[in-house]
Amino acid sequence: MRIDAAGGPNSPLTASRRASLTNSRMEIADRAFVTRARAGDTEAFRVLVERHSRGLFRLAYRMTGNGSDAEDVVQESLLRAYRQLRKFDERASFGTWLYRIAINCSLDMVRSRKRHGEQLSANDAAEQRAASCAPAPDRLALSGEVRTRVAEAMNELSAAERAAFVLRHYEGLSIEDVSRLLGCQPGAAKHSVFRAVQKLRRALEPLASFAK
Amino acid sequence: MTHPSEEDLVLNYYAEGNNRSETERHLGACEACRALYDSVEITLKRMDALAVPEPVSDFEARVWQRLLPELPLPKFPLLAPAWRWVTASAALAFMLGLAFLAGRHYPEPAKRIPPVGNPESRESLLEVAVGDHLERSQMVLTELANTSSSGPLDISFEQARAADLLGENRLYRQTALGAGDALLAGVLDELERVLLEIAHAPSQISPAELDELRLRLQAEGLLFKLRVLGANVRNQEQPRNPL
Repeated sequence: MRIDAAGGPNSPLTASRRASLTNSRMEIADRAFVTRARAGDTEAFRVLVERHSRGLFRLAYRMTGNGSDAEDVVQESLLRAYRQLRKFDERASFGTWLYRIAINCSLDMVRSRKRHGEQLSANDAAEQRAASCAPAPDRLALSGEVRTRVAEAMNELSAAERAAFVLRHYEGLSIEDVSRLLGCQPGAAKHSVFRAVQKLRRALEPLASFAK
Repeated sequence: MTHPSEEDLVLNYYAEGNNRSETERHLGACEACRALYDSVEITLKRMDALAVPEPVSDFEARVWQRLLPELPLPKFPLLAPAWRWVTASAALAFMLGLAFLAGRHYPEPAKRIPPVGNPESRESLLEVAVGDHLERSQMVLTELANTSSSGPLDISFEQARAADLLGENRLYRQTALGAGDALLAGVLDELERVLLEIAHAPSQISPAELDELRLRLQAEGLLFKLRVLGANVRNQEQPRNPL
């Protein structure tokens, strides 16, 4: 599996994901395929799957922090989308609608994992360590430690905080868009992002001495 | 001097918030707030270390392959207003019935047995196979159409049989198309859609879903068509296969 380090709010990856959510040309093309898929054209739905599954995987991975859970979320989201295709308002953006379904699936997954008291598995930590792109030996141990801590800190967030933070920080959505996607008031979305950052800052405090 | 809240600092990092210029000015002047902002900034930059593994190159194809067997086929009302189908099916059933009756009363030409290995012999073998296929399909559909249940019904057995019949059906449909037998190809095409729907349905179906399937079979007259075609094929077979 090729590892791709994702960037922050200004990275090209995030910018492209943001563009993928808002790109009107893609939305228009999506609309045509949605219309055909609603009429029973399975091949049209296949095109929609091919267009969106990679983006959904990235979002789901951020939300669940685990590759196999993310794959399950992608699967479940697309299945739910297909089943609810008749309820979809064709004037809306299919991508946004699909992302909303994926967020709900991810939240279900995160909540059920929390209920079962599961934490970051050894595999996930190894996956995170393997994501290193800086092989310098003196920094390798530290970067691995940072990644593990970051993943653990994410696990400490509530489902709503995690969702709001992922959408704001990694997907680069505005607070307004986050609230729309999560179906809450902008104030609540802002507060969730703030609570998430506050918790993350406290969790990562011990690494402060390596800050610069 | 009013200090910005931590929330304002977070919003400032994301270039959001109403009083950003004021916050920026304050950060330039207040060391305590600057230190807090730096801490927020370091934390959020650290969060970028959470890498996402890039899925394998054929990820989309794999997702689709996993998804396909789970996809419920579109329900009948999605395709067209029901009355149009009912009218079309009734007309088709009437025409088929007419053709069947005409076939029974029309004087039969003298039969000759084709030698083994020639195209006519292959054609007769195909007819036998199609006849058998139509009969088995008819049995599966009849069993489902005649089942009644007050609760969820397990149709996994019928599903397995429908899945078996699907592959054969495709072959026969293509052969019929190739041979220019549009009538047989048409019925096999309808049958294929119903078999596909049964094979991909959940293994437990509700009485309502069963009713829907039953209504669909009635509306399309598929069972009737299978019976007529099966009888025609058997009639053609008999003289060639006196057993």
